[in-house]
Amino acid sequence: MNFFGVTEPEVERVYKRLFAEAEGGGYHLNPDLEFTRNLLRGYIRNEQRYGYPSCPCRLASGKRDDDLDIICPCDYRDSDLDEYGACYCALYVSDDILAKTRILGPVPERRPPRRERGQAGTAMIAPGPSLLPEALPYPIWRCKVCGYLCARDQPPGVCPVCKAKKDRFERFL
Amino acid sequence: MAIEYVTGKNKGRVVLYALSTCGWCNKTKELLREMGIEFSYIYVDLLDGQGREDVISAMEKWNPRGSFPTLVINDKHCIVGFHEDEIREALGK
Repeated sequence: MNFFGVTEPEVERVYKRLFAEAEGGGYHLNPDLEFTRNLLRGYIRNEQRYGYPSCPCRLASGKRDDDLDIICPCDYRDSDLDEYGACYCALYVSDDILAKTRILGPVPERRPPRRERGQAGTAMIAPGPSLLPEALPYPIWRCKVCGYLCARDQPPGVCPVCKAKKDRFERFL
Repeated sequence: MAIEYVTGKNKGRVVLYALSTCGWCNKTKELLREMGIEFSYIYVDLLDGQGREDVISAMEKWNPRGSFPTLVINDKHCIVGFHEDEIREALGK
């Protein structure tokens, strides 16, 4: 796959950055370099046309609020890594796929169909009545990508574990 | 770009709903080419407005989840995802 405006040095640069971030956070990029670089061309293409790197294997609407859950790394990555050994597009793989003790197959779509998706812009709203005492000194925020939790007035600008941006956090408690 | 046609062995009406950026869609397309099948493919991400909506609605009849690649064979059989064995079985020989 080749896209107008996606250069090979850029693919290399993005690959190196994602590789370092993945390994630093205990994740792995797919070791099939040709396949992975192809995915990254799509990732970069999406970043160019939408302003954010939505999953190359999913149809983005172009509206960030509607596409938040599929901005790479997507909200479904960790569940799919656990169950299938790879995320939906297979940019990320599990330890056993990397070690070749497990074969990588197609990963079924976990994202709900469009009619069942929640309304946009619900990311920062607390889920129902809090179970905890009112006395909690700080709200707890959860990264929807990797599950990282922190107690502070606002979520961090970037998740320290998976590098997801602030709008991928939800109020947890 | 609306629909692209690839010439080859006629196995009926073979339509691939795909994304221009998707690695699995690409693998599916390459498999069909390698098998020498006549097919058409649509890059849904390159469509917009009503044209996109119409294509997605047509595809969702076969694959309500609306995921890619979706391969529809002869308006009878649908294969969702890059399932090489299933595709070979459905269109082989």
